[in-house]
Amino acid sequence: MAQHQVNYTSSGGLPVVLTTVDHIINWGRSNSLWPLTYGLACCAIEMMASGASRYDFDRMGVIFRASPRQADVMILAGTLTKKHAEFTRRLYDQMAEPKWVISMGSCANTGGMFNTYSIVQGVDRIVPVDIYLPGCAPRPETLQYAVMMLQKKIRRQSANMKKNKLQRLI
Amino acid sequence: MRRYTPKDNVQAKAKYTDRFWVAPETKKEPVGEGSFYDKVVKTLQEDGVEVLKSYIELGMLVVEILPEQNVAALKNLKEKSCFKMCTELSAVDYLAQDGEFEIFYLLLNLDEAKRVRVQTRIKENQAIESVEKVFKMANFAEREMYDMFGIYVNNHSNLKRILMPDDWVGHPLRKTYPLHGDEHAQWYEVDKIFGKEYRDIIGPENRDPARIDRYDTKRFARVGHEVPFGADPSLVDSTIRPIEDGYSKTFLTDYTKESKQLENRK
Repeated sequence: MAQHQVNYTSSGGLPVVLTTVDHIINWGRSNSLWPLTYGLACCAIEMMASGASRYDFDRMGVIFRASPRQADVMILAGTLTKKHAEFTRRLYDQMAEPKWVISMGSCANTGGMFNTYSIVQGVDRIVPVDIYLPGCAPRPETLQYAVMMLQKKIRRQSANMKKNKLQRLI
Repeated sequence: MRRYTPKDNVQAKAKYTDRFWVAPETKKEPVGEGSFYDKVVKTLQEDGVEVLKSYIELGMLVVEILPEQNVAALKNLKEKSCFKMCTELSAVDYLAQDGEFEIFYLLLNLDEAKRVRVQTRIKENQAIESVEKVFKMANFAEREMYDMFGIYVNNHSNLKRILMPDDWVGHPLRKTYPLHGDEHAQWYEVDKIFGKEYRDIIGPENRDPARIDRYDTKRFARVGHEVPFGADPSLVDSTIRPIEDGYSKTFLTDYTKESKQLENRK
């Protein structure tokens, strides 16, 4: 007979884990955050470094996807020009819900040092932002911390996104 | 961002700068008789190009010509004096001073390692002939010149904006264009994505990157996370009190006023 067979009744454990729906859905969501491969400026270099082997985003379940249809997170990495704002919003709209946005770096947060006519003064003017990540440019560790904060935020939320009212703009 | 203070009266109360200091001008030397540049100028004149002025500035020949003769001059320089490369072509806004644009072409002779700057002046609404047939790089450079200064270029193969979006209003490199953009520029992305009626909902651009609104629970997460998204924090946390006036006030453009910046420019 197989030696590894477990007698559940005698060893006191059952093959059952009790949890809540919220918890298990958020566990799944927060541990497989797939961001959109979308770089705008120099922050994208740091974002690429975060994804590469030294910093290794994969260990957090963060895998960059080349299509907005497959992505959960939009990392707005860099300066957003007014000419490009329209396309950013379109990409955001194409992402399936639930979706989150990380605004990475000073330029995405507030326009940064580009206080001029052609730069969007903060991406929150066009998409709802969940995490603002300061820095110019933020180090890969900082971006990973931002993702961890987003995971924390997701775990705290209700699995029912309508309840959170997060997807509404402004 | 610090509040903008007008700088027109800077001479009246110069505090840190020497009011008698005059910025030095670069030396303009006459073209040496029999030199390489002298031959270049003479070949130009032989071809019937009227040279208004020619001098050496920072080791580079500067030739001033009439705007109608720009193609002939560049063709002559390219074919007869071997200036085979046009490195840059653009304009300078002198509208406030003289009501003119200065258009310059920077040419390079790769054999002799010599450079020449051909410059000409046009009035505000005057068009200039395209030099695309002489130098192909003029295609993009002239488009940029049109985009940034609004200078029309005749016989250009594809004269449209190159940097700014096609539906942009105004030409940003003109001295009269405000740095923060006119009304159209400030609302550009909102108008395009959400429509003009969303201007009131989204509000004017916040151009103070240091501004933090403690009551804004939509844009700023409260560390500790006690306040739900969009809720009034003072209802949740009674310890939060309003900040003193003027502590974090932002300098914002008044969009409701009648006169628009665009009209003032014209």
